[in-house]
Amino acid sequence: MDFFIQLFTDPVAFWNSHTLLIAQIGINSIIASSMFIVLYSGQLSLAAPGFMAIGAYTSVLMDLHWHTPLALNLAAGVVLAGVVGVLVGLPVLRLRGVFLAIATIGFIEALRLGVILNLPITGEGLGLKNPTADPLGGINMVLVSLAVVLFIMWRLTKGRLGAAWAAIRQDELAALSQGIDVARYKMIAFVLSAILAGFAGGLEAHLNFFVDPGDQQYGVTRAVQILTFAVLGGSGHFLGPVVGALVVTTLPWVFQQAHDYINIVTGVFLIAVIVFRPQGIVGRGGLAIVRPAWWPRRARVSAPSPG
Amino acid sequence: MDQQLLNAIFIGSIYALFAVGYTLVFGVLDILNLAHSAVFMFGAAITYSMVVNHGLPFWVACIVGIAACAVMGLVIEHVCLRPLRRRRAPPIAALISTVGLALIIVAAIEQGQTGSLFAWLWVDGPNSVAFPAGTIPNPTWHVGDLTLEASKVAIIPISIALMLVLGYVIRYTQVGRGLRAVAENPRAARLMGLDVDRMISLTLVISSALGGLAGILFGVALSDISPYIGRDNVEVRGLAVIVLGGMGSIPGAVIGGYLLGLIEVLALVVLGSNARGGVAFAALFLMLVLRPQGLFGAQLRERI
Repeated sequence: MDFFIQLFTDPVAFWNSHTLLIAQIGINSIIASSMFIVLYSGQLSLAAPGFMAIGAYTSVLMDLHWHTPLALNLAAGVVLAGVVGVLVGLPVLRLRGVFLAIATIGFIEALRLGVILNLPITGEGLGLKNPTADPLGGINMVLVSLAVVLFIMWRLTKGRLGAAWAAIRQDELAALSQGIDVARYKMIAFVLSAILAGFAGGLEAHLNFFVDPGDQQYGVTRAVQILTFAVLGGSGHFLGPVVGALVVTTLPWVFQQAHDYINIVTGVFLIAVIVFRPQGIVGRGGLAIVRPAWWPRRARVSAPSPG
Repeated sequence: MDQQLLNAIFIGSIYALFAVGYTLVFGVLDILNLAHSAVFMFGAAITYSMVVNHGLPFWVACIVGIAACAVMGLVIEHVCLRPLRRRRAPPIAALISTVGLALIIVAAIEQGQTGSLFAWLWVDGPNSVAFPAGTIPNPTWHVGDLTLEASKVAIIPISIALMLVLGYVIRYTQVGRGLRAVAENPRAARLMGLDVDRMISLTLVISSALGGLAGILFGVALSDISPYIGRDNVEVRGLAVIVLGGMGSIPGAVIGGYLLGLIEVLALVVLGSNARGGVAFAALFLMLVLRPQGLFGAQLRERI
């Protein structure tokens, strides 16, 4: 409760004491938006942590070895993530649903366990130190990026591209028969999502003094967490993933009393939200909560029918 | 090398047993049950706890552990899957709800310490433990330069027998016909008078009991029981196994399990220990790209 009280009574102190949390929410929102693009076009891709790793390692390695400016490092990470996105997308985008999800899991784990943990330049399992990180100063950049990303998402989902993606998501065959180049639009979504994830990865690396190749960071655990942001928040509206990232990231602060049992609270929360609102927090039906089958029905007063 | 090959068969049996339950749920429901690896861990943890903290004999503890997992299967169905099915939610929603349950199960074991809420389940917190020596008779034989430990060798007949029994049940019994009917078309199965919900509950119970047993065998053979054995050892490898064999195919999962064991051991011998994990996932990726229906997808058209 203290969390909310401080947020409303003393926003300045809240900002100062929770800067890192706010930055993490911003980063998570950007990554969730990257997941949103693929989900919005009907593809269950879990590749985001792989592209984040590419963005993060590229940018930190350039900084370590060539001392190039941050903007250039981020740009290089984004370009590389995009290129790898094309190379990975070409073979895997024929796959659908769970198969695509598993193939992209194969990609991120092959990248993490096979490449990152075996190359001397990436520090193998030990990770990389990033002495020029700027945890507190980076927050403005994160918030500005988030605003730009949200604006782009808004325009994308309102435009031709978004309409094509929505059509493909709802019925691929129907979209094809309407003359939509399904393969091309899927590829655009996949590569855009890779680019965004690469950017978020680079940005996140800039906020931490250490690049950690662990499962929580660039592995399946992270992929599932990002999927949770997007699905819980609602994958039909561009604001959904941001709301999801905000809610899930702040849970440990909101339920401070739970202490060590926070994961149990999170689990119960995930199940409760998805059962009561399968479409996500932001989505069809305004704020109505769907009544699960086992919930007691309200006694209905039957009025005599006219006539 | 021979010893490594033997290890491939041990670990392959465990992968296969784990993946059979995974693929059974996918075959019947078209849903990935992401809580399956947590159930795997739960079985091992409960059995350990029953032996060490509650003083039950090993065999009784095994039964308690498997029964606890079967009950967990019912929990998965009633809490995570059935409410969503009633709402006709997209399959992706079930991913999130089963992840939620997995979080709860792992956290409950992780937080089990003396004096905590879950002390009756587990008292070793996040630590890795092993059954104390002497809990299970474990004679060891030396054949040539091979070392055969009973606890490892026993895995092979146990898993093969169970998988044969499951295959028989699904192929030749009334219950099996029901399961196959639900897998083929739930709507038609309901119209034929099948209790679809009950069939699905049964699927989850069988699947979770097998997952729990795989966990117990893993804990006994590798002397490693911790809240993270599911996540670290079988969560993603289980996916690799069911993809290698063809999603939803039980014989495919069995062969996929042994195949993955073999691939990993070969990678270990040829490329060294660091490459082991990477090679398995590269194989998974290539398999999906080159032959998404799995090794046996073409022949085994009928599901489960």
